[in-house]
Amino acid sequence: MSTQVTKVSPASLASAPHSGPGPIERILNSLPWWALPATVVTVLGLFGLYSVWTAFLTGGINQSGSYLSPFYSPTIWKTGPVSPALWVLGSPLLFRATCYYYRKAYYRSFFWDPPSCAVGELRHRKYRGETAFPLFLNNLHRFLFYLVLIVTGFLWYDVYLAFWAPNGHVQLGLGTGIMLVNVILLSGYTFGCHSWRHLVGGGLDCYSRSQLGQARYRAWRWVTVLNQRHPVWAWCSMFSVVIADVYIHLLRAGILIDPHIIF
Amino acid sequence: MAVVDQPAPSAEAPVENVLTASGLTGETLTLRVLKGVPGGEQAEVAYQVPVVSGMVILDAVHYVQHNLDTDLACRWNCKAAKCGSCSAEVNGHPVLMCKTRVDDLPAGPVTVHPLKSFPLIKDLVTDVSRNYEVNRQIPPFTAAPDDGTPWRIPQQDIDRLYEFRKCIECFLCQDVCHILRSHDYSDRFYGPRFFVRVASLEMHPKDVLDRRDQTRDQGGLGYCNITKCCTEVCPEHIHITDNAIIPLKERVADVHWDPVRFVGRKLFGRNGD
Ligand code: SF4
Ligand code: SF4
Ligand code: FES
Ligand code: FES
Repeated sequence: MSTQVTKVSPASLASAPHSGPGPIERILNSLPWWALPATVVTVLGLFGLYSVWTAFLTGGINQSGSYLSPFYSPTIWKTGPVSPALWVLGSPLLFRATCYYYRKAYYRSFFWDPPSCAVGELRHRKYRGETAFPLFLNNLHRFLFYLVLIVTGFLWYDVYLAFWAPNGHVQLGLGTGIMLVNVILLSGYTFGCHSWRHLVGGGLDCYSRSQLGQARYRAWRWVTVLNQRHPVWAWCSMFSVVIADVYIHLLRAGILIDPHIIF
Repeated sequence: MAVVDQPAPSAEAPVENVLTASGLTGETLTLRVLKGVPGGEQAEVAYQVPVVSGMVILDAVHYVQHNLDTDLACRWNCKAAKCGSCSAEVNGHPVLMCKTRVDDLPAGPVTVHPLKSFPLIKDLVTDVSRNYEVNRQIPPFTAAPDDGTPWRIPQQDIDRLYEFRKCIECFLCQDVCHILRSHDYSDRFYGPRFFVRVASLEMHPKDVLDRRDQTRDQGGLGYCNITKCCTEVCPEHIHITDNAIIPLKERVADVHWDPVRFVGRKLFGRNGD
C-alpha cells in the first residue's frame, strides 16, 4: 500500500484573499449611529405631512383624464364635507403602521427602543414592548392585509383604466407607466407581507401531509422571495405612490402635459 | 473610564510568540482591553500588538496573553467561528473575536470589552449560564408515541429547519437584544436564541407539542419589538427575526388575535391551519 504525502508549501499557507466590507458597507459602517434613525424620521415625517396635504388640503379628487391618484382610489363618495381620500387612506396607512418592517423602523427611529444596536437607550421607563395597549394591536396586521388586498385590486383596475384615453382609444402615456410601476411596487410590497407569508404556508408544520400542501409550500417559497426584500419594496412603493400623486397633481394644475401615444 | 498603559512584560511571561515573523505587516495595533473582576473596578488596558496579515482580534488577544499580560482572561476554543466561545464587544459591536479581522476595522485603537448583558467572571469572560437555564424551560422535541421509526421526512417539510440548526450558541444575539441589555428582563424574556430554538421545534413536522402559549407568557415574545439587532449580529446569518420570531408572533396571533380562526376552531375543531 502506498502512502500519500501532502506537501505544504509556504504559498499554500498564505492567508486567503480577503476583500473585506465593500465601499458602500464601509460608508454605512462609518456613519454615526444616529444617521439612520434621523433619516427615517425625516422621510416618514415628510410622507405623513404630504399625505395629509394631498388628501385633505388640495380640494376635490386628484384625478386627471383617466389617471386617478392612488391616494383617492377607490373613490367611494365623490362629494361630501370631507375629502373622499379619508375613506380609503385608512387601511393602507394602518397596514403600513402595523407592518413588521415599519414597526422596526419607527420603534428604532421614533421610540428609540433602541435607536441603534448596542447603543444605550435614552429613556429607561418601564418597557412593555408589544405586550400592552396600544402596541399589541399590531397583532391585528393580518386583517389590514385583507383590506389592502381589496384596495390593491382597485389600483390594478385604475391602471387598466389608465390605458384608455377619455375618447375610448387605447393610450400609452407617461402617466400610464407611472401608475403601472406604482401598482407593481405596491403589489410587491403587499405580497411580501409576513402575515401573508404565514397564511399561505408558513403556519404549516408538515406540507407533505396537509391539504394543498404542495401548492402552499410553493406559494410560501414565492412569498419568501418577495419577503426577503420587504424593506426595499416598502420604501420604493412609498416613494412611487408619492410620485404618482405628484404627477397627477401637476397634470391637473396644467403645469405638465402628459406625453402619450394614442392607438 | 480609566485607561492604563500596558504593563511591562513580566519576567515569567513565556517568550514564545504565537505569530510567525513572515506575516508581519510592520504596523502596530493599539488594543484596549477592558480588564476587571466582579466587584472590582474595570479599566481599559492598552497594549501594542504587531499586526500580521490576516490577523483577527482573537490573534491579537492571544498575542497579549502570550507576550504582554499572561493574566488576561478570555474564552475561546476553535478559532474557526464554530464553537461560539469567543464572543466579545469589539469597538462596541458584539462579534466573534476569531471572525473579526483587524484590517476590516477603522484605523486607530480597537476596544475589546466583555459581553455587556452577562455577569462578569473576569476580563473578557462572562457567565452565560442563564442561557442554559432558559433552554431547560423549553419542552424538548416530542414525537407522537405511535409515530414509529424510521421516519421518512420529505425535503420540503424540513427545509426551514436547517437554518436554525446552524446556531453555534455564541449568545451574541442575547447580548445585543435591548430587552436583555438595556431593560434587563432576563427573568421574563427568553431572548432571540431561544425563539430560534422554539421555532425549530414548532415547525418540526414530527413534533406534536404546542409551545405557543408558553412562548408568549413565560418567554415574553410580545416584548420583542422586531428591531432586528439580533439578526444583525448573528455570525451564522440566521434570519432570527424574519424566520423565527415573526413566524412565532404570527402563530401566537392565530391563537390570541384571530377571531376568524377562533370561530373556525370552535366550528370545525381544527388547529387553525
Ligand atoms: S428583534 Fe426582538 S429579539 Fe431580536 S434584538 Fe430586537 S427585540 Fe431582541
Ligand atoms: S442565533 Fe446566531 S447570534 Fe444567536 S446564539 Fe445562535 S449563532 Fe449566535
Ligand atoms: S409585514 Fe410588512 S406589510 Fe405585512
Ligand atoms: S473561538 Fe470558537 S467561535 Fe471563536
